Amino acid sequence: MSEIKIREPLLVELSSPGRRAVRFPAADVPLADLPAGLVRDDLPLPEVSEVDVVRHYTRLSQFNHGVDINFYPLGSCTMKYNPKINEDMARLPGFTQVHPLQPEETVQGALALMYYLQEYLKEITGMAGVSLQPAAGAHGELTGVLIMRAYHRSRGDTKRNKILVPDSAHGTNPASSAMSGMRVVEIPSDARGNIDLEKLKAECDDTLVGLMITNPNTLGLFEEHIEEVVQAVHDAGGLVYGDGANLNALLGIARFGDMGFDVVHLNLHKTFSTPHGGGGPGSGPVAVAEHLVDFLPSPIVAVVDEDEEDGLPTFGLVTPKRSIGRVKAFYGHFGVMVRALTYILILGADGLRQVAEDAVLNANYLRVLLQDTYHIPYNRLCKHEFVAEGRWEDAPGVRALDISKRLMDFGFHPPTNYFPLIVPEALMIEPTETESKDTLDAFAAAMKQIAREAHENPEVLHEAPHTTPFGRVDEVKAARELVLTWFDWAKK
Amino acid sequence: MYTPNTPEERRAMLEVIGVQRMEDLFSDVPAKYRYPQMNLPPAMTEMEAAEEMQSLADANLTVRDFASFLGAGAYHHYVPAVVDHILRRGEFYTAYTPYQPEVSQGTLHAIFEFQSLVCALTGMEVSNASMYDGATAVAEAVNMAYHVFRGKRPKAVLSSALHPQALATVHTYYDASDREIVVPHEGDPTADPMSLLDAVDDRTSLVMVQYPDFFGRVYDFTELAEAVHAKGALFGIAVNPLALGLLKAPGDMGADIVTAEGQPLGIPLSFGGPYLGIFATRKKYVRKMAGRIVGETVDTRGQRAYVLTLTAREQHIRRARATSNICTNNALMALAATVYLGLLGKEGLRKVAELNYHKAHYAAQRLAGLEGYELAFPEAPFFNEFTLKTPLPVAEINRRLLDYGIFGGYDLSQDFPSLDRHMLVAVTEMNTKDEIDLLAAALDEIAREAAA
Repeated sequence: MSEIKIREPLLVELSSPGRRAVRFPAADVPLADLPAGLVRDDLPLPEVSEVDVVRHYTRLSQFNHGVDINFYPLGSCTMKYNPKINEDMARLPGFTQVHPLQPEETVQGALALMYYLQEYLKEITGMAGVSLQPAAGAHGELTGVLIMRAYHRSRGDTKRNKILVPDSAHGTNPASSAMSGMRVVEIPSDARGNIDLEKLKAECDDTLVGLMITNPNTLGLFEEHIEEVVQAVHDAGGLVYGDGANLNALLGIARFGDMGFDVVHLNLHKTFSTPHGGGGPGSGPVAVAEHLVDFLPSPIVAVVDEDEEDGLPTFGLVTPKRSIGRVKAFYGHFGVMVRALTYILILGADGLRQVAEDAVLNANYLRVLLQDTYHIPYNRLCKHEFVAEGRWEDAPGVRALDISKRLMDFGFHPPTNYFPLIVPEALMIEPTETESKDTLDAFAAAMKQIAREAHENPEVLHEAPHTTPFGRVDEVKAARELVLTWFDWAKK
Repeated sequence: MYTPNTPEERRAMLEVIGVQRMEDLFSDVPAKYRYPQMNLPPAMTEMEAAEEMQSLADANLTVRDFASFLGAGAYHHYVPAVVDHILRRGEFYTAYTPYQPEVSQGTLHAIFEFQSLVCALTGMEVSNASMYDGATAVAEAVNMAYHVFRGKRPKAVLSSALHPQALATVHTYYDASDREIVVPHEGDPTADPMSLLDAVDDRTSLVMVQYPDFFGRVYDFTELAEAVHAKGALFGIAVNPLALGLLKAPGDMGADIVTAEGQPLGIPLSFGGPYLGIFATRKKYVRKMAGRIVGETVDTRGQRAYVLTLTAREQHIRRARATSNICTNNALMALAATVYLGLLGKEGLRKVAELNYHKAHYAAQRLAGLEGYELAFPEAPFFNEFTLKTPLPVAEINRRLLDYGIFGGYDLSQDFPSLDRHMLVAVTEMNTKDEIDLLAAALDEIAREAAA
């Protein structure tokens, strides 16, 4: 294996015995005896200098594509620009240096922040109550499903155990339902990309917990029969759960609460501009209608007192009356909440509506630019994203994956591949509102050039990417050999 | 603000699309729902928003303003400057989950190092790329053990000395499912860990304990692990990862699953989050483990490279039959822990763990020597946290301590009615001897005043 080239060593390969990066002060207290029999004799950590660490991770960072570098049209992920002010606000010592178990009177600023964010999210969604506790979208889904089940059980309605999920749904929807012990039934989409209304109605019986629906859906399409869908589920005694992953298209345009949804979760790390961090931390607040407010996870922030003279509120943590309980430690990803509130304050109601309008404008503009080159199976007015097919009958052997890899040579991150599952060779493209017409034009030009190459010179696609620091990687080898740590690596 | 298109460009784009006005893009939204009123504060400039946020921040007292002895799952530690400088690199924090390995090697390589460091610390063989926090990691341990036995052992036996918020989370997740959650001696901190065995039968998939436990005590679980294995179940340990700089690794005690709240590894308190869930296990269970896993491979140019592997376990492939619903995790916090552990290294982590140990022991000796105060578990070894019996209700003491500029320890009566007048005191490298002496003097004075 000696011919394998190493572009950047592992930290452990940089290690040299006795090298050090950080010093701590000497103990200012008398030393105690260490606990006999409980002290470890080996701590196999690397020994490197501060410069080693800084250069190593800086070099690694340069192997990444991020929103700060260029366009990142990853469908359903809403890779919008993450404003820098948000980062600075989340790092104010008055936020970072606060312990979650401090007396409430010493954390009134943090509680106020959470309270305002709860209130604003209620206003934005048209719902009656919000919990900020869920840590990510999937966590919000699990929380929402648990709330729906608790609601039915509180009414003595114990035989309901079925959750309906459209076939275009994010994989987390069925996984979250299954994790909470529910039975998942998939509902197909119709020819226009809407949920198949007849099939839906056939499953709406007295075992129905509810329907999980993403609107706009993962094809980027607004559900055209949303009123009938909600009605059908409610008529059967079920509840409607909205996956808010795609809320970016509807900010200030339409509200889940007004459309009759019972529960929704939001992704602060998509819609509200908080960064994805290479895979989190996110934040997945859950908002509910009036009849579900008492079931929210504990704790939530409430006004617990008002000053008799000046009316100034005192905030406190409270447990809703019939709460499902807590879904994680403490109160949620507070640092993410700071960023989201900053964003909402800067945009206001008009700014948020502008976000949705430009997100939808950008997506439709790009859709129209590409519709003659790429087959778009559900080609109608889209919302924040659209799905194209990455294949042509007269270019056999070229797949969506090849197109994605070739896009990297143009400095663009690829769209989401192979999702939703109902479109073959799917390329799911979500430009977001923070991109300019110029960027979209450049992206469309690249996509058109790639389409020409697919027909004239497919090899250049198959061998792509060419200009990135790394070429395509061998996934089979990784899964077969399972080298998962540097201990595995050292054994090779 | 963050929308670059000019009115001119918008008009041109609408024309290309073939519609007249922006509203036409929303003709598929039923008219009665369109353009709702949202009662939000008027838009602010960045300058005004910064002022507003600063005033909220200023309305908090911090662990820098006060001497803090709070722990109970979140700890005040020193974070070297390098950690945040790396986290602030846009290439890291503005990237998505590394689905496209050719342009994500930075994140993938760092996760591989995180997995390696977690295994070095815990003595386990595989780790995932992170979970939300320590509490949800325990819930995932229950889930994994359930799947290891394909649902045939639906029962999990959890120690009553696990963090009460972790126990509460597990109850919320599974109480209404077919998983059976048993917490023997719930609410009783005096139970011997070995007594957990009484609840273990052939329907038990997991026995889970905490190390150091919620009350600060450190036990060697080797014997318990053997006994649990003899009954055919898995043995899990939830740890404080910083303690592992000094203490025996859980892998060496026979743990099958190790979870942790990773916050002590370079992550600020931030009023409870985001923190870091750590999850490690034996290689033979890797296909049952939830979450993302990075493996080593090569690229087409013969370069060593990294990629997400064993993805067939995950929700985006397996949907309702996935090992868990987890998708977005806490990757950036895992990067913080990676950089922190890289910086401290072999010697630094041992040093900071020892500082915690010595300072906590000095504090315990000082406080236990005060009239009216004593250690609740004087025989038990501990790391940086211990349970102190107090002569007055802790809430009352803590209120008074604020006048001395001190956040007292956690009031255990909030979770354990039997521990009325018991305080969980945490001491870290951030607490000076002077602070500890001030706490001792204040506690002494408060007790004397009350007696008088």
